[in-house]
Amino acid sequence: MANMAPNKNPMPTQAPEVRAHNFDEVALGYSEETALDEAMRCLNCKNHPCVTGCPVNIHIPDFIAKIQEGDFEGAYQIIQQSSSLPAVCGRVCPQETQCESKCVRGIKGQPVGIGRLERFVADWHNAHATKLPDPVPANGHKVAVVGSGPSGLTCAGDLAKKGYEVTVFEALHTAGGVLVYGIPEFRLPKAIVQKEVDNLVAMGVHMETNMVIGKTLTIDELFEKGFEAVFVGSGAGLPNFMNIPGESLKGVYSANEFLTRSNLMKAYESDPVTPIMKGGKVAVVGGGNVAMDAARTALRLGAEKVYIVYRRSLEELPARKEEVEHAMEEGIDFQLLNNPVEILGYNNPDDRRDPKNGFVTGMRCIKMELGEPDEKGRRRPVEIPGSEFELEVDTVVMSIGTSPNPLIKSTTEGLDVNNRGGIIIEENGATTKKGVYAGGDAVTGAATVISAMGAGKVAAKAIDEYLSNK
Amino acid sequence: MYKIVNKQVLNPTVTKMDIEAPFVAAKAQPGQFIILRVDETGERIPLTVAGYDREAGTVSIIFQIVGATTEKLNHLNAGDCIHDFVGPLGVPTHVEGLKKVCVVGGGVGCAIALPIAQKLHELGCQVTSIIGFRSKDLLILEDEFRAVSDTLHVMTDDGSYGREGNVCVPLNEMFAAGETFDEVITIGPLIMMKFVVQATKPTGIPCMVSMNPIMIDGTGMCGGCRLTLHQDGKAVTKFACVDGPDFNGYEVDFDEAMSRGMMYQSFERHAHEETCNLFKKEVR
Repeated sequence: MANMAPNKNPMPTQAPEVRAHNFDEVALGYSEETALDEAMRCLNCKNHPCVTGCPVNIHIPDFIAKIQEGDFEGAYQIIQQSSSLPAVCGRVCPQETQCESKCVRGIKGQPVGIGRLERFVADWHNAHATKLPDPVPANGHKVAVVGSGPSGLTCAGDLAKKGYEVTVFEALHTAGGVLVYGIPEFRLPKAIVQKEVDNLVAMGVHMETNMVIGKTLTIDELFEKGFEAVFVGSGAGLPNFMNIPGESLKGVYSANEFLTRSNLMKAYESDPVTPIMKGGKVAVVGGGNVAMDAARTALRLGAEKVYIVYRRSLEELPARKEEVEHAMEEGIDFQLLNNPVEILGYNNPDDRRDPKNGFVTGMRCIKMELGEPDEKGRRRPVEIPGSEFELEVDTVVMSIGTSPNPLIKSTTEGLDVNNRGGIIIEENGATTKKGVYAGGDAVTGAATVISAMGAGKVAAKAIDEYLSNK
Repeated sequence: MYKIVNKQVLNPTVTKMDIEAPFVAAKAQPGQFIILRVDETGERIPLTVAGYDREAGTVSIIFQIVGATTEKLNHLNAGDCIHDFVGPLGVPTHVEGLKKVCVVGGGVGCAIALPIAQKLHELGCQVTSIIGFRSKDLLILEDEFRAVSDTLHVMTDDGSYGREGNVCVPLNEMFAAGETFDEVITIGPLIMMKFVVQATKPTGIPCMVSMNPIMIDGTGMCGGCRLTLHQDGKAVTKFACVDGPDFNGYEVDFDEAMSRGMMYQSFERHAHEETCNLFKKEVR
């Protein structure tokens, strides 16, 4: 008997006033009872539109049916056929614009909590699974994957399942890419990422850290070493700045640097080896998920006040609704329709050795209003003349996107990029260089974890076809 | 894990290590750098490549003990391992086509200047080297520089060895005497490089500097190593890890770089003291 309750079972979370001061995960996950209750809301409708909303086409009604039967491991096995990282996706996918946006239950009420159920199943498996996956018999073909972020891990996982001998090359000292350096612990615990990586290694994938492809080895050298195909999932690159005065003052970070210091280098721990500016007042410039992560990280590091400064209004905020709501509950101050024009710094003209010299003291902003829609239909923000004001802050985090990393492009002949530096690919992920495929932020610029995973999946399929017909 | 195959104390504050890292050794060029972590909880620090042996698969690093990480590193010995060692990063120093070059190194910066001088010498370039130190007990690599330099000036601030004065003294004398070079390449403390650039500027000789800002990933992701260049009246942001570490000295905003370099000074001093105290306790 279907559960016709109009609303999703709410996700239990840490109370805002508690979680604002720790790095533990915010969302606590469904219990078995709640998961069963939520699963019963699925009507198992004939056309299962939810599947088309999923970039990796997980057989959603099938896994939910397994939950209804209480067969949680069976549910996991169904998800696992399509997704290599279910515990990650259940946490960070924007389900509200993907699978859940297509759910028929969403027409009158809220859609089925597909993401929450996916997370429940993956966590249940990770807590109960007694053994790691078995290695798959080798098919004798070697494939190199550049980057161990979501697209690389997905591509590696899919190819390993087919028997390819896959080596993943990671530039940093830890595998996981943005899942490790970018997304904070309170949203995606690092132990979960490590578990997914361990699963791949158990399947026979080789993880090579400290290897910067484009520097330590080039793509051409990978072919010389016997790899027959290469997937480039090297991620987004250099952070963008606004090119306003004061961006080189001490206390101005890119979101990448701020989050890397906290997440990868553990600057949030009580006695860190890598420093970070914490406490005081912090302004995060930008409105994406990364900006929300940076703002909430700053709060947890001990800031007395954290602002989000965004030039459009709440409606245009590109971050997930859930993240914005969580940030607001925690007390992040949203300074919307505001744009920075200058970052201000301390300068003691009488004492050049004053240790405070060169540190941020504030940010001058100008108020904005929304004008005519631009070519994408978003209303363009326009400055209101004479509306400048100063925000007193000690730290500024610029979270306004990234430009692709030049290292691979500049050392790989025949690999074409577009005018924004993104690698040019065909629909199946093939680049302009034979045997080289690409996906994720290296192609699209900053996007979501799941779209990168989808790209890794498409490329894995194409690589399989390419090598099978070779 | 990357094995330390050789350790040599160059002076009380500067140590040389040869690290087994065949992939890095196969590719390294003068002017490039590596990033290392001493242990699995350590910070990432950049160090410029001080030499490499492609056949042995080793890379040399020379470091001054200035903070917690270099203190920890210096407590390791031949046979011990470094947890992470990645490279070679950055753009190699441009040396092709140069016929006559003045290489100016200061302090531990001489360790980075040496492979450049060696490479230039190998390519048949006429090399004038100026190396400067605070005092005699901090002198390093004199014989190595002598072996590859047509002319070598050794300077100490206090006159305890070589000539008294800073590296600009012989440089200014040469310029005054009408000496000219295809390029001046300088590596050392920011303040020294700033003065070398100022001294060279009136001659119009190109002057390259090697920047060493705070870095984390070193691969063009975090943006912490950014510096400002003044190009044709415009301020341009560059990233030392992928655009450098070498830059046109006339364009670099040294004052900003010096200020940014001191961002974590109090944290670093405290961390260094803590580490020293830990090692002292162990000894007791």
